[in-house]
Parts: sequence; structure tokens; C-alpha cells
Amino acid sequence: MIEVQSLTVRFAGVTPLDDVSVTFPGGTCGLIGPNGAGKTTFFNVLSGFVRPAKGAIRGFGDDLLAMADYRRARWGLRRTFQTEQAIEKLSVFDNVAMIHEHSAAKRATRRADVLDAIEFVGLDISPRTKVGGLGASERRLVELARAVVGKPRVVLLDEPAAGLPAAETEQMGAVIQRIPEQFGALVILVDHDMGLVSACCETTAVLDFGKLIASGPTVEVLRNEHVKRAYLGTEEEL
Amino acid sequence: MTTTPASGERATPARALPKIERGTIARAVVIVGLILAALFLVPAVAAADWITISTSIAIYSVAALGFGILYGRVGMISLGQVALLTIGCWVGARLAYATSLPFPLLLLAAGGITCAIGTVVGLTAIRLSGLYLALITLMFAGAVTIVLTVHDFPSGGKGFWGSATTGTLATSTPPVRRPSGATADVAFYRYTVIVCAVLFLIALVHVAARPGRAWASIRESEPAALAAGINITLYKLWAFALASFVTGVAGCLLAAQVGVPRAITFQTQDSLTLGATALIGGIYSLWGAIVAGIFQQGLPFLFQTSLNINPNFILIIFGVGLLQVLLTAPGGLADQLPKDLTRLGRLAFNLVVSRLREQAAAEKKAP
Repeated sequence: MIEVQSLTVRFAGVTPLDDVSVTFPGGTCGLIGPNGAGKTTFFNVLSGFVRPAKGAIRGFGDDLLAMADYRRARWGLRRTFQTEQAIEKLSVFDNVAMIHEHSAAKRATRRADVLDAIEFVGLDISPRTKVGGLGASERRLVELARAVVGKPRVVLLDEPAAGLPAAETEQMGAVIQRIPEQFGALVILVDHDMGLVSACCETTAVLDFGKLIASGPTVEVLRNEHVKRAYLGTEEEL
Repeated sequence: MTTTPASGERATPARALPKIERGTIARAVVIVGLILAALFLVPAVAAADWITISTSIAIYSVAALGFGILYGRVGMISLGQVALLTIGCWVGARLAYATSLPFPLLLLAAGGITCAIGTVVGLTAIRLSGLYLALITLMFAGAVTIVLTVHDFPSGGKGFWGSATTGTLATSTPPVRRPSGATADVAFYRYTVIVCAVLFLIALVHVAARPGRAWASIRESEPAALAAGINITLYKLWAFALASFVTGVAGCLLAAQVGVPRAITFQTQDSLTLGATALIGGIYSLWGAIVAGIFQQGLPFLFQTSLNINPNFILIIFGVGLLQVLLTAPGGLADQLPKDLTRLGRLAFNLVVSRLREQAAAEKKAP
């Protein structure tokens, strides 16, 4: 469980996150909102790239903001990026092994864990293939394998299916759905693809201009009038 | 964690991964073969002056290796490599004058002290990247050259700081001692090759393991590396430490190689040509460092002695080569040459096959 209390982030003159309090209970949780709503900023706060002006984040009881950025991976925080960041010069195996090395998982199980993660995401290529030679969807899967290896507790997925065709998005969704039961991790999924979000997430939170405008079971949230307005950009008279 | 795939099948590519690949074994065989050739074949065929040059090639390959670790692996452009080589040389020479340590300990001490200095420079420069890091390290190289010139390097006086101020240096300074049992040129060449091979092996072990993967991650994207739990400062310093250590050891070898090292041997601009040759050789491959050593030390000598051309023309060749590499073959010669040779081989093979077919067809028609 992740509890966020009155989280506020300010960049000179802009407030990307404004007094956000929200709880991600577990399983796969959606985080949606129009462009510039503050979703990626929220991930960046969790990763430690951005220091909030105020607020607190507790992950399974631990104070996340008090942890040095690079130590959060060892604690169990994983993330993917909007533009995928798999390492071109390394093989698929090394890409995933690298995350395992800096996690709390045991060295003795590294090889097996890495191969398990590669298999889990459904990558049907030799683990010795260099990532530089892979296509977009395979790279996304490599990144997903990196996000689930080595005892993850919280997996942040920032538009993991961006730029993928529908069939591959669906396949990606099926993999994401299985992460909580397979690895016992909480998944927070940011995406603009409402099909993917409603397929994967039991609960969803919605941000708009840095404020939380709704949160709860995904079906109800997507029916919420405020949410529809925020997405369609229409005014009160609708 | 013991997860079983949903489908239950065990024949996916991930499962079929062998623990040691055939490619690894083949590479090991090639490396051992090349080391043996360098140890026994080269002394058998090369003239005395080429033995000296080959020793320098081995030493400068290690300096290029240091550049390759910093730039090719971590993405930090350091133009202070020759300065580190100079420091290793200076420390090695001074320790040789001041103490009676056995040569291997001299190597370690020179490597260790250079490592400490290089890491401190790295620590100050670590927040900089790209052009700024390049400038700072180049200025460091310039500063080292100036200090040594002022201190009248090599100055074979007594003690660690001592300098012989009387008489002309060339006559009054005794040469830096070589390892016992390897005082002759050929023996010292073999000694150098073995030490350099060990230094390459140390680098290889780093690159193929945890630090290498962390460096590759930092090179790709620092935010992603941070999110992956990599302590970026630590791993960058680690790279500086490793590059400085190997270069320092190489510097100590150089001191024993030339006997009386002079400040003029180490010019700041050599750091630039070393960087250029390392890029031409191939910055992402350890082989590239060897190519760089050959270019940096072998080509000028070849120009001067065999071709009778002013070795300064080398700079033009390096410039053209660098341009060519940056535009067409970013992997450098180490990456491009095997590809081109394969292509050439295939072309030749196809040519021969089509010739044979034509001949066979002509013979059929003839009767």
C-alpha cells in the first residue's frame, strides 16, 4: 500500500502537484489524467528525481522520501519511462541482470530470476541478443522485465504501451495484470489508453492540473462527471 | 523466487541459454593465441628498433584502454590520459631512484598513487560532463606537463623529491632500473606484454561484470540508472580509479622502457591524439585500445624510418581517420574491420563461384 499525504511540488511559478492525498491500496492501480496533469511528476517524486515542497509518501509503512534516490531500487521500487530506457549496448540478459544486482534479491538466484523475468514478459528471443537490435515492442518488454526482477514492491509503469499497435498493447496488458499475483508487487499504471487502464486496474486515481479529482474503483471513476469533463475539456454546461 | 511460466513449457529461448557460450570460448582462444604470438613470434621476426616500438605500443594501448573505459563505457570524455601516464612514469621513476623496491611493487605503487590522483581529479570533475569534463581534464594534463617541466623531470637525484641539479641531465641521470631478469630489450618487451595483458584482463573482468553493466546504464541514461538503484557517483569514480590505475602502471613501465624519461616526451596534445586514435580503433571494444596503441606509437615510427615522411603528417591522417569513423563507422576499426573482412570474403567467394560456374557452362557448350 502506498499512502500519499498532501503532496505538493512547485517549480518556479508552476505547481505540477497541488496538495494531493491519495492511497494506492494494492494490486494494479491506474493513474490517469490529461497531459500536464502531474502523473510523471508524481513518478519522479517517487523515484527521487524531484523534491516535493511538502507532503509525505509512505510505502508499506516506510518513509520513501527519506530514502536516497538510488536506495529506493533496493527497497523494491521499479519504474519504466515514457520513452523506454533499455540499455542498447547490453544484452537482454544483462539488461535485466543489472537491475537484479542492485536489488535486495540474492545473488545465488540471479540467473534463474533473470530468466524467469524474461520468460514472464513473454520475450521469445535469445537472452544474449543485444537490445540495440530489437524493435520497439521487444524493448518495451525488456523494460518490463527489468521492472519486475529482483523482489519488486512497487512497480511504476509510465505509458508502457506508448506507440505500440493494439494487439501488442493487449498482450502487454495481460502481462501487467499478472504482476501483482506473480511478484506480490503493487503496480501503478499511467496511460492514456483507457482500454488498457480499465483492463488492468481495479482502482484508479485521476489527476487534473496537479489536483486529485477522483479516485476509487476504475469503473466508477471512469463514469465520474468531473473525470469526463477533464478529459473532454468541456465546461460546466455539459 | 520460483515462478513457473503459465504455459508450463520449458523450451523457450530463455531456458535454452547455455552457461558458457561458444563465442566466449572462441574469443578466449584468439586472445591466448595473440598473446603467445606477441610473446614469441614478434621477437623472432622484428628488428631491435621494432621491439622498442612494440613495447611502447603495448604501453600506449593501456593508456588508450583507460580512455576507452571512461568514454566508451561510461560516456565521460577525459583528455587527461597522457597526464596520468606521465604521473605513473614520474612516480615510478622517483620510487626507483629513492627505494630499492622490487619492480612489481614499483608497478603497484605507481598504479596506486596514479589511481589516487586520478580519482581525486575525477571527484572534482564528476558533476561535469561532455565538453566541460574534456576541458577540465585537458587543463589537468597541461598542468602536469608544466609542473614536470618546472621540476626538471627526470632529475635523477637522491630521494623521492630530489633532483640532480649539477651537470647536464643526460649524462648525470642514471636510467630507471628495469625488472631483474628482464633488463634486455626483448625480455623487457615480453615483461611489458604480460603486464599489459594482465591490465587488459582486469579491465575485461570489470566490463563483463557488475561495474560494466552499471557503466553501460549510466552511459545510456543517468535518470534510468538512478531508478535502477545505481550509485552514479560511486560508479563514475570507480571508472576513474580503474582507468587511472592501469594507466599509472603503464606509466611505470614506460619509465623503465625509456630509462631516462623527459618532460618533453609527454606533451599535452598527446592526450588529444590518444583520444583520436582510441576513437579510430573503436571506443566500445577493448580491441580498439590495441589498435589505438599501434596507431599512436607504430605509425609515426613507420613514417619516420621506413617511409621517410615527416611523422607530423600523422596528425592529418588521424584527422581524416577520425572524420571517417565519426561519419561512417562509429564502432571504430575494431567493430568495422571484421564486418568488412566478412563482406570482402563473401564477395571474393561469390566471384570465384560465379567464375567456376561460367567455366563449367562454357565447357558444356564447347564439345
